[in-house]
Amino acid sequence: MLAMNYRGPFRVRAQQKPLPEIQHPEDVIVKVDRACICGSDLHIYHGLVPDTRVGTTFGHEFIGEVVEKGADVNKLNIGDRILVPFNISCGRCAFCKQGLYSNCHESNPEATAAGGIFGYSHTCGGFDGGQAEYARVPYAEVGPMVIPPDIHPDDAVLLTDVFPTGYQAAEMGGIKKGDTVVVFGAGPIGIMAARCAWFFGAARVIVIDRIEYRLEFARNFSHCEAYNFESLEDPVLFIKKTTGYFGADVCIDAVGCEAAGSALQWITGRVLMMQAGSATALHWAINSVKKGGIVSIVGVYGPTDNLVPIGNVVNKGITIRADQCSVKRLLPKLIHHIREGYIEPRQIISHHIPLKEVSDAYHIFSAKLDNCIKTVLIP
Amino acid sequence: MENTSNNYQNIPGWGVDTDPNDNPNYPIKNYNGDDHQRLDWTRPPLQPVTVEILESVEQARMPAVFGTKLPPSGVSGMLRRYAFKYDESEYGHWLNLLLADRINVVEGILHDLSHFRIPNIFAEKGMKADWKYNRKELVTKIIVATAVTTAIVFWLKKKDRKSA
Repeated sequence: MLAMNYRGPFRVRAQQKPLPEIQHPEDVIVKVDRACICGSDLHIYHGLVPDTRVGTTFGHEFIGEVVEKGADVNKLNIGDRILVPFNISCGRCAFCKQGLYSNCHESNPEATAAGGIFGYSHTCGGFDGGQAEYARVPYAEVGPMVIPPDIHPDDAVLLTDVFPTGYQAAEMGGIKKGDTVVVFGAGPIGIMAARCAWFFGAARVIVIDRIEYRLEFARNFSHCEAYNFESLEDPVLFIKKTTGYFGADVCIDAVGCEAAGSALQWITGRVLMMQAGSATALHWAINSVKKGGIVSIVGVYGPTDNLVPIGNVVNKGITIRADQCSVKRLLPKLIHHIREGYIEPRQIISHHIPLKEVSDAYHIFSAKLDNCIKTVLIP
Repeated sequence: MENTSNNYQNIPGWGVDTDPNDNPNYPIKNYNGDDHQRLDWTRPPLQPVTVEILESVEQARMPAVFGTKLPPSGVSGMLRRYAFKYDESEYGHWLNLLLADRINVVEGILHDLSHFRIPNIFAEKGMKADWKYNRKELVTKIIVATAVTTAIVFWLKKKDRKSA
């Protein structure tokens, strides 16, 4: 089968690989219909996530058709079209039972801090991902869901990660009616988090980034204010001033380890790799939120350390909430929101690209060419 | 673009998930006390171990499922095995894995060559997309790289002639 194949930082290609096989009675094999490139895929594409082995197939956002199933799979049938949450979760461990599906304890031998994730390095379990013609899906009875016939396939593929992660970013912010919410990052997740902040009753939503076309997209899709931090003298001071020298009620870090905006963070985090990427967005979030406010983190960071102003977290009494999204938990609610017309996630898709052109697809997304917001690969 | 009125209330879906009782919020929203039973849950069937899987020393047991692709091999594999002697809070774990990743890139190129495949690194880096969407910058990069290379070659030749 044709599959995306990682060859090293900034190098991927489409290549033939053996077909995946059933390895566990709760596995299914899925014929992939479409798969997204996630912003967090860029962190592994850029070589920032340890134990990313050459030959890995990325892709944790995909939908497809069940073509083979294990002996213990009863709820799914051959021919079912399913969406596959990016978390691999057993549904039985203490964490899954609390709805923490991203923290499953039965899917990742290589690290205890993260649950299993499709195509996201051996640090997240060593599973091949869905940027391929076929993929193995473990615990098929737990995470995956048959796609309702009224849900568009492009909306379905965005329900595997982007929409739920953006929603959870807003949810973890504990937004109350009338709150001012600042989202750092106008990538797909940031745009979605800003859009979802309104569901919780925000009165003002501000997005900060430096890519002008993405800020413009955020203004239109997310109905928010959007500012280019390169034209602001200091984004933290700007937020203080625009909130009456008080600070935002909620700040969301939707950037993670590749944030621009600070030479010190960039050199120590990206160039010298002395920390787990550049934590500028988190630094700004902590310093921009009000005393007693909440910082919600969905940006992805590496597993070592980062320079953040932890003293300010203590002195300001900030609550930090963070997690990989527990997709399964949110699916019923988010499908309801699509059906009610509150949101049409597929509007953020800017590119559909054949899988065989995966090298170009990654470069377009990574280098932000052709006004790229979100890329979908078609096997 | 600042919202100066309540017009935000007309945004589709505004306030639909407002819930003053939604506290505590995720991730402690559905806490049920089960975690005091520690690892004592009914486990799924166990996937047979058919290849070498490196296991965190912080794990009490193998999880029920895992990926089997790309078991450790070669020099990078030796380094990965060494890295897994350290726990996840040690630099010895992560930095050795990062180093193994870089060595693995060289191994990947050697693997290609040993299978009579010359990796097209320019294509793998998506240069075709650069040519299509970012031609001016690509051409500038090529000109600068060519100029720098020519200057270095010229300087080295000049240095050789002098030493001769």
